Amino acid sequence: MTKLTLGPIAYHWSAEERRDFYARIADEAPVDEVYLGEVICSKRAPFHERDLPATIERLERAGKTVILSSLAEVMLKRERKATADLAALDGPEIEINNAAGLYDRGRRAHRIGPFMNAYNEATIAWMARQGASHICLPGELPAEAVAVAATAARDLGLGVEVQVFGRACLAVSARCYHARAHGRTKDNCQFVCEGDADGMPLCTTDNRPILRVNGIQTQSESYVDLLPEVAQLVANGVTHLRLMPQAVDMVAVTSLFRKVLDEAMDAEQADAALRDCCGDTPFSNGFYKGQAGYKRIAMATPG
Amino acid sequence: MTSLMSSAELICPAGTPAALRTAVDAGADAVYCGFQDATNARNFPGLNFTPEELAEAVVYAHSKGAKVLLALNTYPPAGQVDLWQHAADTGARLGVDAFIVADMGVAEYIAQKHPEVRLHLSVQAAASSPEAIRYYCESFGVKRVVLPRILTIPEIRQVRKEIPCEIETFIFGNHGLMVEGRCSLTNYLTGQSTNMDGVCSPASDVEYKRDADGTMSSQLAGFTIDCFRPEEKAGYPTICKGRYTVPHRSEAYYAFEEPVSLNLARLLPELIDAGVHAFKIEGRQRSKSYVRGVVSAFRRAVDDIRAGREADIADLVALTEGQKQTQGAFETKKWR
Repeated sequence: MTKLTLGPIAYHWSAEERRDFYARIADEAPVDEVYLGEVICSKRAPFHERDLPATIERLERAGKTVILSSLAEVMLKRERKATADLAALDGPEIEINNAAGLYDRGRRAHRIGPFMNAYNEATIAWMARQGASHICLPGELPAEAVAVAATAARDLGLGVEVQVFGRACLAVSARCYHARAHGRTKDNCQFVCEGDADGMPLCTTDNRPILRVNGIQTQSESYVDLLPEVAQLVANGVTHLRLMPQAVDMVAVTSLFRKVLDEAMDAEQADAALRDCCGDTPFSNGFYKGQAGYKRIAMATPG
Repeated sequence: MTSLMSSAELICPAGTPAALRTAVDAGADAVYCGFQDATNARNFPGLNFTPEELAEAVVYAHSKGAKVLLALNTYPPAGQVDLWQHAADTGARLGVDAFIVADMGVAEYIAQKHPEVRLHLSVQAAASSPEAIRYYCESFGVKRVVLPRILTIPEIRQVRKEIPCEIETFIFGNHGLMVEGRCSLTNYLTGQSTNMDGVCSPASDVEYKRDADGTMSSQLAGFTIDCFRPEEKAGYPTICKGRYTVPHRSEAYYAFEEPVSLNLARLLPELIDAGVHAFKIEGRQRSKSYVRGVVSAFRRAVDDIRAGREADIADLVALTEGQKQTQGAFETKKWR
């Protein structure tokens, strides 16, 4: 049975926004699993980590599986400590996004996050032998490679996850581009990223929207949308479909994916409804189609 | 620290057999190179080595006491692992002195099949903490880590104390902005992947367009990356060195970094003192004369420092004369 998951919030949403968001997810969103935790910037974590136990409890009471995701970049002392603390947990499950976490975790069970570069069957086999129970594939992997990786992972008894909705992560850096845009540095950022709930838009000099800045992360301007490809993903052995939280009605978004998975709505109709949920943001599936990531490639007409 | 100082090695780029000989003759302790395919992160047309060329290169380098490091530092997509494994087998057969790897599957293959050849961890693996580095050392027997260009010198000194392997740092050349091995910007615009294809802002997708008013725009796959007034020199359209607009600023700005190159010449003595074992000069895509100039200048500087003399830093600084240069993250946390 294919599962729908909600990825960790990439942005600096306030503690209150997060509480409201997860309360609604718990009550209304038809997702099976929810990833929590700060993945992008270690400076943000203190704002919301005290709410974590209550959020976990709320989601678990609603029947969701909760997984805690670790930081993608680990360099500073506080980042090393945060990673080690997470790796020491007995529960809930954890998703590791940096090799420092793999070191800290040892052979105890863990999930492999999208930042771990599990590009191929050899790497996946290695990770499985070290205790990985689940792999989230890199977002830029094309369909043929996804199929091979998913088969390999499933043969090893691993869950296999692919991002099917939300902005693609294109890069992370040691430098904070949100702070830079406001003439500050990472150390005195004053959390300017909080003002951009769906990332800060970058346009080319001829006014073409191109990228989004989220602190140290650079994201796609487009939302990845693999709703039309859901059936193929499932047929190719993908067990978990990940939706990344964006500043849109995520209950509506997750419901559309659920309906397609349950075959209660056809993909084309659902995709039109998804379009209506997402304002002017362009959709893309180029990475999955083996083309430029920003592109939206139409489904081949069946028959 | 004295023993470490005596071993500061100069690791030089070799995009072609001719550049390799040039680098070796100019005093490289080691050269790094790759095959003509997706197995390395400088998969550019006209660059890199056939197996026959690599065989000759190894013989030449070894005859002059220099080592050859083979870059296999991209990430094989599922279904294509064979290409990387064959490249490793070929490299081992030809007698390369080390493999530079990033992918865990590739690292494990070499550790199992060719345990006699040293493994270096590529900057593309983005191991930026003692724990991450120890993971690769303990898992695959990595002997040297190429550090991401994001640590300050005090941080490098601290890392050195906590890891069981040698450290190599970049010292000169292109200044990568993003965490290496985690960047899909090029793939987002062009459909060619830095991680899987070894391609960054490919020349085949580059176009320069002049408008009626004389402004020149540099484009990548049809996206304007930067725009230059008639009197400005148009730069190469690398996405992370482009100018963009944001809602709260009136003018386009370098959202990530200005088009600068890395030059750590002034920091060389401090880096040696911090325990850095080897210094990497970037630029496999560069010309022979560039390689000769840069390698010989750094050779003199390293020899001077090793011998306890004051190095002539001015020579090295002059190498980037006319271009903007930076010490990046190495000098101060304020870079972040």
